[in-house]
Amino acid sequence: MFDGYSLSELGSIFAMQGFAGLILFSVFVLMALGLAIIFGQMGVINMAHGEFMILGAYVTFVCSHLVGEHAPWLFPGYFFIAMALAFVASGSLGMLVEWSLIRFLYRRPLDTLLATWGLSLIMQQIFRSTFGAREVGVTLPDWLMGSLSLTDTIEVPINGLFVMALTMTISAVVYAVLFRARWGRGVRAVMQNRVMAGAVGINTEKVDRYTFGLGCGIAGVAGSAFTMVGSTGPTSGQLYIVDTFLVVVFGGAQSLIGTIASAFTISQAQSTMEFFLSGSMAKVLTLLTVVGILMLRPQGLFVLKVRR
Amino acid sequence: MTRSFLTGTRGELLGVGVLALLVLLVLPLSLDVFRLNLVGKYLTYAFVAVGLVLCWGSAGILSLGQGIFFGLGGYCMAMFLKLEASNPEATKIQSTPGIPDFMDWNQLTSLPWFWEPFHSLTFSLAAVVLVPSALAFVIGVAMFKRRVGGVYFAIITQAIAAILTILIVGQQGYTGGINGITDLRTLKGWDIRTDEAKLVLYFVNAALLLGCILLCLAVRRSKLGRILVALRDKEDRVRFSGYDVANFKTFVFCLAAALAGVGGAMFTLQVGFMSPSFVGIVPSIELVIYCAVGGRLSLLGAVYGTLLVNWAKTSFSESFPELWLFAMGALFIGVVMAFPNGLAGLFQTHVVPRLDRLRGRGLPPVPGPTRMAAE
Amino acid sequence: MSSDDIRKDSHDALRRKLLLGMAALPAAAMMPRLAFAQAPATAAINTTGLAVTDSTVKVGILHSVTGTMSISETGSVEAEKLAIQQINEMGGVLGRKIEFIQEDGASDWPTFAEKSRKLLVNDKVAAVFGCWTSASRKAVLPVFEQYNGMLYYPTFYEGLEQSKNVIYTGQEATQQILAGLDWVFKEKGAKSFYLIGSDYIWPRTSNKIARKHIEKNGFKVAGEEYFPLGHTQFNSVINKIKLTKPDVIYAIVVGGSNVAFYKQLKAAGIDLKKQTLMTISVTEDEMLGIGGENIAGAYACMKYFQSLDNPNNKAFVEAFKKMWGADSVIGDVTQAAYLGPWLWKLTVEKAGSFDIDKVAAASPGIEFKGAPEGYVRIHENHHLWSKTRIGLAKADGQFDVIHETAELMEPDPFPKGYQ
Repeated sequence: MFDGYSLSELGSIFAMQGFAGLILFSVFVLMALGLAIIFGQMGVINMAHGEFMILGAYVTFVCSHLVGEHAPWLFPGYFFIAMALAFVASGSLGMLVEWSLIRFLYRRPLDTLLATWGLSLIMQQIFRSTFGAREVGVTLPDWLMGSLSLTDTIEVPINGLFVMALTMTISAVVYAVLFRARWGRGVRAVMQNRVMAGAVGINTEKVDRYTFGLGCGIAGVAGSAFTMVGSTGPTSGQLYIVDTFLVVVFGGAQSLIGTIASAFTISQAQSTMEFFLSGSMAKVLTLLTVVGILMLRPQGLFVLKVRR
Repeated sequence: MTRSFLTGTRGELLGVGVLALLVLLVLPLSLDVFRLNLVGKYLTYAFVAVGLVLCWGSAGILSLGQGIFFGLGGYCMAMFLKLEASNPEATKIQSTPGIPDFMDWNQLTSLPWFWEPFHSLTFSLAAVVLVPSALAFVIGVAMFKRRVGGVYFAIITQAIAAILTILIVGQQGYTGGINGITDLRTLKGWDIRTDEAKLVLYFVNAALLLGCILLCLAVRRSKLGRILVALRDKEDRVRFSGYDVANFKTFVFCLAAALAGVGGAMFTLQVGFMSPSFVGIVPSIELVIYCAVGGRLSLLGAVYGTLLVNWAKTSFSESFPELWLFAMGALFIGVVMAFPNGLAGLFQTHVVPRLDRLRGRGLPPVPGPTRMAAE
Repeated sequence: MSSDDIRKDSHDALRRKLLLGMAALPAAAMMPRLAFAQAPATAAINTTGLAVTDSTVKVGILHSVTGTMSISETGSVEAEKLAIQQINEMGGVLGRKIEFIQEDGASDWPTFAEKSRKLLVNDKVAAVFGCWTSASRKAVLPVFEQYNGMLYYPTFYEGLEQSKNVIYTGQEATQQILAGLDWVFKEKGAKSFYLIGSDYIWPRTSNKIARKHIEKNGFKVAGEEYFPLGHTQFNSVINKIKLTKPDVIYAIVVGGSNVAFYKQLKAAGIDLKKQTLMTISVTEDEMLGIGGENIAGAYACMKYFQSLDNPNNKAFVEAFKKMWGADSVIGDVTQAAYLGPWLWKLTVEKAGSFDIDKVAAASPGIEFKGAPEGYVRIHENHHLWSKTRIGLAKADGQFDVIHETAELMEPDPFPKGYQ
């Protein structure tokens, strides 16, 4: 397939292909980070993760409408407001769900799976009743759509850069919160030994609630960002759920670095295979490889030794 | 709890008897063929739910991929029926007569090798059981030997369901793609689309289901069943006692897969086609909820759960389509939060004591619809 | 309605029918109501026990109102209800008011089969307007053939099917593809094509026909790619497109993938005003989700666009918006769904009977001059003769119709040389 192309053309294609892989990587990290916190740190299987993302997307949709109608001068910058609101909306809903549902189920992880699946059905129907069954189009500020020409042949999509920057920022913030702040110490303490953490005076219930809220909030921001690359409809959330869980499990559930490493591996594998194979087979092969490796190494790429 | 007259082997058999009475006599007499055929379809899901009781309730292995095995069983049956429906006479307008129509549209000029054996009914019937169990065996050995369990197992089975769906949809020349294998007509010359055939198939299906339940009861009664419960509750202790835990888990997973395969085959026969929409993630999770509603510990409960949820689905979606997802979601949450033992649990705590009391007063025993295994 | 009620109803209907068989002719002649003055006797026009009374006839509407497909099928339900209402306002069919029974297929194929059996066996409807996906049609087809029902199927689809019991009011694949390709050959001087689609039967069959046609004309297919339904990452294939620099991107991507594909195409700097893109899977409905600004400049190949300029269509769009809200949009399939009840009415009146066999036999040659798309006629193969049109997508979510074939295109569900 490379016949008849000059070396520089090939070079630029590989550069763009590498870049496509990086964008996919950022998308995966953004999807998985919230789940990694909830699943990895708390052991809760949140099947409604995709719906929390779509909630963020709908918040962005509402924002784009409101801003477009009432404050057009704000439009170029509304996306940042929308992301903040998406975080707040998904985060507070997450905390509500934790308080009313999840906290009764910490000892039964498989049951959280069923309960949150039920939650996801309810959320889907709420979306459908509120926004209609059809997909909604989110209008984006012009500066987000389009591309930068680095050379004549290498073009970089701006929204890709935006997602990458966002991913880096959020990862950095999560890292800082979990590993540098006092609150993060509490989270890690509860995760490693709930009883002991309680004994030294950490309010484990509060930590749980905020951790769950944080994870859902990040999902909301991810959903908001994905309005740039994907669709927003009542059932769009389900598209993400398998990929997201595989990224988290493949990385090793308790390790955030693992999540990032696994997102990198899977995204590079997928984007390379998509280039050489047809789309469907690339997807099948990627999933098969991941499942295969997980069978050989069930604990995932990175393991955090925890005494239970 | 004091021992009720409804526990123990006698109680179990009584329960099976009542179920038999219901599905073999009461329902056929009170429903028309159309509704009865619906019940027959629901009962095919009950095969999966019964398997899940063994695998999830007894042994603690939650599989989110039972749709895979249901689908494989269904496809094995559908392949046989499709080959019979595509005899050279019926397909003479095709460019290659004698192969299924969708292959012809996809420029296949001969039958793929893996379709060949499905000319034989015996082979197909064997494949209905063996293909799902073989896949379950491979997955089981790979996972359980490495002590993957719980959540990880659930997620990996889910991923496998996703892979299989993409494959079936993508390889449409070999599988019929997203439309599935449709327009199945006869089984060895016997038209399966007539009302009489549907009636016969209903009874075959119901009898098979009862047989499977008895088999599962036997498994649970056996020493094997006790080991399964033990490893669900304290896997390490069982392992330290010298048992190879992985083998037991693999066995029960394969058994559940085989049951699901039988269900899938009966589904194909009664509904008349098979499509990838039963293989994916969503149907697989729905199958789990049938089992959870009935009570994950009770084989009979699973059957009632399946019937109840599906009946609710049909009648709800007829009258209030918008409310259906709310109801379904609430059911998931309610079962997990308030009734972890499902219908069977409710029966055990509310109905059984009353029945005992009635019996204590010298009244004749009233058979209950179900009981919960509480060993 | 329980099955007992239904049985009782059909008994009543039977009894009434027998009574009326003797009394209907003089009674009808004396009837004061004008619209029903010519109504022929029920016994004469319904010999197979369908749900037809002296004043009403029952039909079925069978679409997904819940589940993933409800996104697409809502428009069809709305159009069918509008057509039925309009027909009733004109006096109904053979003097009988149409009553519809709506069933939900719930995006689930066995449910479609089950509900169609209910409509045909229990409700004894005279016709069913419904189904959207090929999978749902394949699931109900044996039921319609077994119980001898009549289905009006609205969606453009892959062809390879023909049944006495189905009237296909949408285009089969060649009607949608060939004329569009001829147009880009001629107008754009296109020589190389990149085919991309969602991975299932309709895009694959359509692309196969497109590939044959392109190669027959001596041009080149630079690449052909399929992605699983619901796929949302297209950057790699966009790079491949950039590498191969095709004259035309030929896209048959559906559902949520559609939105992702066009957004990523735009973000990757492919300007559809310079790069020709032709699609057969984007109607006004899909434009809502994609966002007009992301797809402006693309060409869609359909038989109908909402912006079509003719008196029929003006009246149709106005009536549709009046009934379903000023915001509603009308895509190709919605219009095709609207044709169903009208074609059925015309056929029944030509046949002078509701009997399925007579309706099926009378169908070929039926003309509908009031169609929003202009004029359609039913072919012997139960598909429609219709024009192919090309629309240029605009940022406001509508299309400019820039080309239409001079003649009606002949439907050819089993195209020789394209298989």
